[in-house]
Amino acid sequence: MNIAADPVVLGEQEADFSSVDKARVVEALARVLPAGALMYDAEDLRPYECDGLSAYRQMPMVVALPTTEEQVVAVLKVCSEIGVPVVARGAGTGLSGGALPHKFGVVLSLARFNRILHLDPHARTAVVQPGVRNLAISEAASPHGLYYAPDPSSQIACTIGGNVAENSGGVHCLKYGLTVHNVLRVRGVTIDGEIVEIGNHGLDAPGYDLLALVIGSEGMLAVVTEVTVKLTPKPQLAQCVLAAFDDVIKAGEAVAEIIAVGIIPAGLEMMDQPATAAVEQFVHAGYPLDAKAILLCESDGTPEEVAEEIERVRAVLERSGATEIRVSRDEAERMKFWAGRKAAFPAAGRISPDYYCMDGTIPRKRLGEMLNAIQEMEGKHGLRCINVFHAGDGNLHPLILFDANQEGELERAEAFGADILELSVALGGTITGEHGVGIEKINQMCSQFTRPELAMFFRVKGAFDPRGLLNPGKAIPTLNRCAEYGRMRVSNGHVPYPDIPRF
Amino acid sequence: MSDLTEQWRERVCAAAAAGTALQVRGGGTKDFYGRTPVGEVFDTRGHAGVVSYEPTELVVTVRAGTPLAELEALVAGSGQMLAFEPPHFGAGATVGGCVAAGLSGPRRATAGALRDFVLGVRILDGRGEALSFGGQVMKNVAGYDVSRAIAGSLGTLGVILDVSLKVLPRPVAETTLRFAIGEKEAIDRLNDWGGQPLPVSASTWADGALHLRLSGAEAAVRAAERKLGGDVLADDAATALWQGIREQADGFFADAATGEVLWRLSLPSSAAPVKLPGKQLIEWGGALRWLRSDAPAVAIRERVAALGGHATAFRGADRAGDVFQPLPAPVMAIQRRLKQAFDPAGIFNPGRLYDGI
Repeated sequence: MNIAADPVVLGEQEADFSSVDKARVVEALARVLPAGALMYDAEDLRPYECDGLSAYRQMPMVVALPTTEEQVVAVLKVCSEIGVPVVARGAGTGLSGGALPHKFGVVLSLARFNRILHLDPHARTAVVQPGVRNLAISEAASPHGLYYAPDPSSQIACTIGGNVAENSGGVHCLKYGLTVHNVLRVRGVTIDGEIVEIGNHGLDAPGYDLLALVIGSEGMLAVVTEVTVKLTPKPQLAQCVLAAFDDVIKAGEAVAEIIAVGIIPAGLEMMDQPATAAVEQFVHAGYPLDAKAILLCESDGTPEEVAEEIERVRAVLERSGATEIRVSRDEAERMKFWAGRKAAFPAAGRISPDYYCMDGTIPRKRLGEMLNAIQEMEGKHGLRCINVFHAGDGNLHPLILFDANQEGELERAEAFGADILELSVALGGTITGEHGVGIEKINQMCSQFTRPELAMFFRVKGAFDPRGLLNPGKAIPTLNRCAEYGRMRVSNGHVPYPDIPRF
Repeated sequence: MSDLTEQWRERVCAAAAAGTALQVRGGGTKDFYGRTPVGEVFDTRGHAGVVSYEPTELVVTVRAGTPLAELEALVAGSGQMLAFEPPHFGAGATVGGCVAAGLSGPRRATAGALRDFVLGVRILDGRGEALSFGGQVMKNVAGYDVSRAIAGSLGTLGVILDVSLKVLPRPVAETTLRFAIGEKEAIDRLNDWGGQPLPVSASTWADGALHLRLSGAEAAVRAAERKLGGDVLADDAATALWQGIREQADGFFADAATGEVLWRLSLPSSAAPVKLPGKQLIEWGGALRWLRSDAPAVAIRERVAALGGHATAFRGADRAGDVFQPLPAPVMAIQRRLKQAFDPAGIFNPGRLYDGI
């Protein structure tokens, strides 16, 4: 085993775990886990070979399914002692391959940690195990007039542990924040088997803000065993405005204008014409098919508040040249407006054998440039792309349509996606708004961050996991990987990472 | 508007090579906070100016030495605000000092803390490298969220160069209500109201009086006012009240007796009355309780820990010892390794947060 003393060395090249002895790992884990909590036969491992990004597949060496925190501690101590990589996993709905198994590693499934331990309606907090589904928290809080605000589209299936790992968002995060704004505390176990409590049941904690580092860390700093979330009062009323535009740029300007007049809508979504057409034939939401773009703008709060805000939104949309404005008259109609937007991914799957979902975030004012560039890229890569967009916070989800059974289409889709991500960085944005880096976008991290910045990420990892055993090879690229990637994508004669060894 | 990145980089490298401690400092308005400052003063005020401000993107990027008052005036000009209402604690407060201290004001319980509004930072680490983390967009999960961890680190991880902050529109309407009730009842009511969709933006209780600020759409504020009752404060009295609490300029905070320590107790909002000797002022819906007391630190920390919170000796304490609540060993070990990661020579504000950090 190549164990590095200085964590920065960890970041230079991918660690080699090929000498891990499966028989030894199985034997050691069997001693600390009950029967039925350890799997190592191929047919049992198959369901774990990928997460929501199924283009990447890897069979793990072993899957551990602990039920208690003591077992998690014991598993991590074993892995630490033998030097085995550990990949924590929730529901496996992630879209960036963050839970892709390691060939020589243990998948640590938290699926059996599925209990809500305590819900305090007075303090508006819930203490839950990591395997609890996102939506189950809101369902449990509902009788008290409360809910858990972040609502990723997979909320029916995704777990809170996975949300913590990815800092998940949703359609309402412009107003209500991301996971990092709605989690007060996590309890977890380090790779050394130490139990750590990070954050607090109050509103802050002493020392460095480790909670901010752990949320969104993609399972690379600690394994979470308990999460305390903040619960939010359910708004009395929500109403949605649907606006059609004959021009995408005008729609983008309307979004900026809504913000400029001082409105923070509960949700603000945009779809381009191909996306509208794709969902309309699927869910019949009644969207205007002749519009170049449609906006959905949701207002929530007290009835007085909503009425006031909807009027202000309507005025802005009229000024911005909307060709049609509809305001939901009741809950059924509001759900119908949303049904189309929420069906965008399945609709893409219906009109195309495969699709590849991107997640770049850009300053909103650059939207027009981005959409024009995507149109050109469609020609360059010979593939179609439909665009849905969390317009309020600048988070784009272009869905690149392709057929993996056609020779070369997957590679073209990947190249298309890489172009979109590189442009997101160039426009002052980021390669991932809410889906995480995982394995999928690890090369583009080399474009977004400099070598010293990447080195610092590895040092931060080293502060929690000095030997780099938690989810190695994800989220933060090694300098060697960036050198390889740079070699493939030398732009303008400028070579990134010129001074490190190349193989 | 001046960019001192290169001069600062040279100074940091020299200090790291010589092992010279640097007291990173803006206007010095928070010199009282944390453990005793040590080292050569590193004045950040020269690196100042607004880098970019896009009201429709809800983002402002400024250099660390920019006066906080200047930033607030700038965004107010576009009808926006720093929603976490940071305290200045003096005329010369800078944005860098504000972020390093990580303190939030009255609106924190409902709008979020300073760290919630930090979108990105550029820092100089202890190797003299200029590093950017986060960015200017609302949603960004590329890499660890280092920028939020810089918030509240008291300048011990690096010198902040620039900060990008999310700004929000100022509320259209605001009103403050007064209720004459005791401590226990105030805590109960604040938590009850917290569970309802009410436009509460700040709360404070002291001396048998609970004040509640409502902010938002005109119609929502008026409806809540009718629903909640209480006495409406005149606008200027309300402004003075919240300003006094935010800046700790008068009343409870001004008339501390000698020998008293001002403790900052961070608790679950519904925690029972702390029942410690001294005088108290409650904020943040019950989650923040200020205590003026001469009781021994150990008694205060034990009581607060039993209630699920932590205590900071905010002003007037012996600053050679622990100012912040001591941490369990495994968490402390991570904190020490983080400090080492950013500042291997230990030159930035050494010991300001904890002994050796």
